Amino acid sequence: MVRPLGFLVGLGFIAALLCAILTTPLTNEPNASHEFHKHPKHLKLASDGMFPHWDKAQLQRGLQVYKEVCSACHSLHLVAFRDIQDLGYTEGQVKTFAKGFQVPSVNPDTGEPATRDGLPSDYFPGPYANEVAARAANNNALPPDLSLITKAREGGKDYVYSLLTGFQNPPANLPKELRPGPGLHYNPYFANLNLAMAPPLTKGQVTFADGSPNTVEAMAKDVTAFLVWTAEPKLVKRVQVGWAAFLFLLIFTTLTYLSYRNIWADKKH
Amino acid sequence: MSFPWAKNYEPKQPLMKWLDEKLPLPRLVYNAIGAGYPVPRNLNYFWNFGVLAGAALVIQIVTGIVLAMHYAANAGVAFNSVEHIMRDVNAGWFIRYAHMNGASMFFIVVYLHIFRGLYYGSYKAPREMVWLLGVVIFLLMMATAFMGYVLPWGQMSFWGAQVITGFFSAIPVVGEPIRVWLLGGFAPDNAALNRFFSLHYLLPFVIAGVIILHIWALHIPGSSNPTGIEVKDEQDTVPFHPYYTAKDGVGVGVFLLLFVALTFFSPNLLGHPDNYIAANPLSTPAHIVPEWYFWPFYAILRAFTFNFLWIDAKLWGVIAMFAAIALLFFLPWLDSSPVKSSNYRPLNRKFFWVLVVDVLILGYCGKSPAEQPYVILSQLAAAYYFAHFLIILPIISRIERPAPMPNSITEAVLAKHADDASAATA
Repeated sequence: MVRPLGFLVGLGFIAALLCAILTTPLTNEPNASHEFHKHPKHLKLASDGMFPHWDKAQLQRGLQVYKEVCSACHSLHLVAFRDIQDLGYTEGQVKTFAKGFQVPSVNPDTGEPATRDGLPSDYFPGPYANEVAARAANNNALPPDLSLITKAREGGKDYVYSLLTGFQNPPANLPKELRPGPGLHYNPYFANLNLAMAPPLTKGQVTFADGSPNTVEAMAKDVTAFLVWTAEPKLVKRVQVGWAAFLFLLIFTTLTYLSYRNIWADKKH
Repeated sequence: MSFPWAKNYEPKQPLMKWLDEKLPLPRLVYNAIGAGYPVPRNLNYFWNFGVLAGAALVIQIVTGIVLAMHYAANAGVAFNSVEHIMRDVNAGWFIRYAHMNGASMFFIVVYLHIFRGLYYGSYKAPREMVWLLGVVIFLLMMATAFMGYVLPWGQMSFWGAQVITGFFSAIPVVGEPIRVWLLGGFAPDNAALNRFFSLHYLLPFVIAGVIILHIWALHIPGSSNPTGIEVKDEQDTVPFHPYYTAKDGVGVGVFLLLFVALTFFSPNLLGHPDNYIAANPLSTPAHIVPEWYFWPFYAILRAFTFNFLWIDAKLWGVIAMFAAIALLFFLPWLDSSPVKSSNYRPLNRKFFWVLVVDVLILGYCGKSPAEQPYVILSQLAAAYYFAHFLIILPIISRIERPAPMPNSITEAVLAKHADDASAATA
């Protein structure tokens, strides 16, 4: 009974699929934006590859770019001030850095909302009180939180770097419907080609204490490196522990293989 | 255990004697995976994957229990609690990445285990029950993995839950009320997240229970082997311990090497970037894609685009997707060939490899957007999938002329060694 019934069921599915094949158009709807959309440029960082390390000077510069530029619109709500000790700051420097921020608090006498100086245990405060305020200030666009941005986009750090450096005038052959509308800016690395964020970086915008170059590319690279760290502060440690585990298992597996050969030596199989 | 030459457990130490009288646990272990379980001597490395699947389940349960100590199943804080694990919990990043990639390793191993069973006819008499229980485990794994993927409450978690629970709304009349009842609301939200967490914690133990039945059912006829010829006498077998504990040890080592490489060196390789964006019911991702181990079934679901016989295309897709798994329950009776191993089934062997390629194509289509040429490719591949199990396999099991087979496992082993020896001298 199983085989004849199965045969009929099989024929039913195949007939349904044949009808589906015959009724589905073989061409896709044309999508002109595909042809203008660019793949991200590759960005090489110290935290890449099988032997990564943090370039702390670069991360400190990136933090400075975030603080002086990005933080005007973008929050970083998963990162606490205490975390930036990883970037090579001392405990005292972290305390001073945190003090420079005002965080929401409660007046201890009246219970009224108030603000106080930041502590190392506080998280980076966002620029807006809530989503409505953020949209109101940004032409109805919501600037995303940057904590995980290099993990949360296809292309990761390459995408973030390309987007920051990719603002340009629309090409002459760009169809009218793909041209940036009011308040939008053309960027071929963005899937929709036009985004609400204005080019955030301009040459010489940030002055680094160590005199590092402050071209748009250099600042974009530094802040992307910083955002790789915010997305995964344990990245370097992860790969280091991975090597220890991998080498241990390599020895373990070799010994297991040798004992397997030994045990089976007298048995043909 | 069925073989008359299986050794009986004889405790020598007084403590073990005492224990064996009160609770014969050492006896159980001895007969299940010790020297008291005779196993065919010719098993190849494809017979490692059962043990590896067990290892994967243990890893998932251990890492999962630790994660549950730090995770908060509440739609308001779930996403951030996962990031808290990644950033602030000691070695939390390791536990979480191990659990996330452990799911993938579990499915890799189980898919190889299933394809081993398909090639070597492990589903045939007298092991039908082993196979049926295996399909039950596979279904439970899929349910568990789906609910686990919802827990981080990222964009793919939310929209995956939306799509998968949407299957139920394809059922005529009662579909939508069932969906609302299952979710505890009109869309995935706190109620759904909480019950998924509860079930995600429960189901692995149910899986462990069915695995006990799966192994129990296996121990009645004993393990199959690459020739598919049943064990005839003692010289066809070796005791499980130390022979196969040693061989499984090698498999576990290689498995852990791959696991470690994935977890530490490329933990997000098999994930989706959108799941690092917190769930947002107001923003639909451009492409909703399930985890890789569901891609072939997702392709079958989407292949049905025509309201055939007045049944809605969506319902066809849902029925076909479930049928693609459910037909495995009937496999022992769809394939009537008495020969188990495809080593001796020239025709079946060819179609087996076509099926492997077909499932890979389905997987690729499931990952790709619903555009041409992926749509027609998934339609053709889905048609072959059903044709393979429901039409081709029953026919070839009738018309195929099997290749000459050795008389026993030992004869096959000795013939292989004679070949090797003559090849070496030539």
